[in-house]
Amino acid sequence: MKAWLTLHWMAFLGTVAKLAATPFATLLNVLVIGVALALPAGAYTLLVNLQQAVRNVSSDPEFSAFLALDVKKDEVADLDRRLRALPGVARVEFRSREAALAEFRQHPSMGDVIAALDKNPLPDAFIVRLTDTNAEDLDRLAEKVRGWANVEHVQVDSAWVRRVAAAVGLGRVAVLILAGLLSVALLAVTFNTIRLQILTQREEIAVSKLLGATNGTIRRPFYYFGALLGVLGGGAALGIVYGAFYLLNHSVAQFAALYASDFRLGALPPEDMASILGFAAALGLAGAWLSVSQHLREFEPR
Amino acid sequence: MIEFSAVTKRYPGGYEALKSVNLTIADGDLLFITGHSGAGKSTFLKLLPVIERATSGSVIVNGQNVSAMRPAAIPYLRRNIGQIFQDQKLLYDRSVFDNVMLPLSVTGVPFKDGAKRARAALDKVGLLTREKANPIALSGGEQQRLAIARAIVNRPSIIIADEPTSNLDADYAAEIIDLFVAFHQVGVTLVIATHDESAVSRAAARATVRSVQLRSGELVA
Repeated sequence: MKAWLTLHWMAFLGTVAKLAATPFATLLNVLVIGVALALPAGAYTLLVNLQQAVRNVSSDPEFSAFLALDVKKDEVADLDRRLRALPGVARVEFRSREAALAEFRQHPSMGDVIAALDKNPLPDAFIVRLTDTNAEDLDRLAEKVRGWANVEHVQVDSAWVRRVAAAVGLGRVAVLILAGLLSVALLAVTFNTIRLQILTQREEIAVSKLLGATNGTIRRPFYYFGALLGVLGGGAALGIVYGAFYLLNHSVAQFAALYASDFRLGALPPEDMASILGFAAALGLAGAWLSVSQHLREFEPR
Repeated sequence: MIEFSAVTKRYPGGYEALKSVNLTIADGDLLFITGHSGAGKSTFLKLLPVIERATSGSVIVNGQNVSAMRPAAIPYLRRNIGQIFQDQKLLYDRSVFDNVMLPLSVTGVPFKDGAKRARAALDKVGLLTREKANPIALSGGEQQRLAIARAIVNRPSIIIADEPTSNLDADYAAEIIDLFVAFHQVGVTLVIATHDESAVSRAAARATVRSVQLRSGELVA
């Protein structure tokens, strides 16, 4: 057990020393991996940000029913009763045309426009909220209410939110495909780097095997090398993503201000960062494993 | 105890390096294998740490048929056999000390214990003052002694040496032989392949040696 730990510790130290001994080559390798990973990592971070932004906007399952301008009081009461009787309705809120007009008056840019009108152009409205978020139910109910008398117009407010959600889902698949393709590139990079390492250390490997090193001992430093290269590359990828976000955020802030939002591109949650690093390490390890399995066969006795 | 029974080694292409060799080597023997180059001496030695496997017959080392040994067990066998190679196989990218440390570091001996043993081995071959030097800076005789230090640092019970005195001056060669005789005196089994008759006679003057001859792959005792 102690010997095993010693071997691991020495393999790790040896790997760090090896990476530090050729800083330029290490830097280039790390950058190659970093750039390759930065694309899917950046796209993923963007998606997470977008999702958060969408979540902040109400995506409650509700629709608004706007009534005809000449609707009478008792007809409104009747509509209210019928809406409440619909299956799956959680809450019905009546917004009178007077209340709506008062609200508009509050708005600084609208005040003058409203004052210029000689009569209230706004209709009475019901805001209907459903108990569950099922999109089909919402559409079905909205369609039903649309056909009622005295209902001029029905608007499903959350439709665009659902569209964005669908687009995010699509983006997720695209990120996965991108990540898959670039993973292959990453495997190739570590495979080749380790192959070169094995070639330059042929003699040491051959002598070590003659002196009683097990295959595990021979392979271990290369595994560490691959994994460490992956982690450093993953770190570089995160660095590139946040560097890019930092540069982008000024423009994003200006853009968001147009929509009266204080949206900014933010960092990933720590567990997502950890999984990106872990994924990079696993890829490096896999590349090392492939390379070592391919190239250490020649040292076996015949 | 080492036992060769009807050992034949045929290389791809059909060349037979060893032809039905039978030989028993007792614990503590100092055995010289003589013969011309190409007689099969190196092949004979390579079968012990399974650098090569016998085509037929069995090579028994301490009760194990090593020619049929599974690859995962070979490293543990090799740790008990000190090997001195014809081309020495020193690593020139590291110091004398690190060369001797190699057999220990690949088996997970902690650095402190290993360093103590490496220095003891270097002391035994008279290279303790050169531990920081690069092997390339050593003379031929010193390089051979370094190879011996690396072979004994694991305290093996068997030492095999392939032409340990070739390319050495008579004085250096004598030093090497005296080292082997010293190991023999503490009970180590030594199998030494050489075509150097003077090496054999120097050892014979100092200890009881056995000597066998290989000719075209056949043992002529």
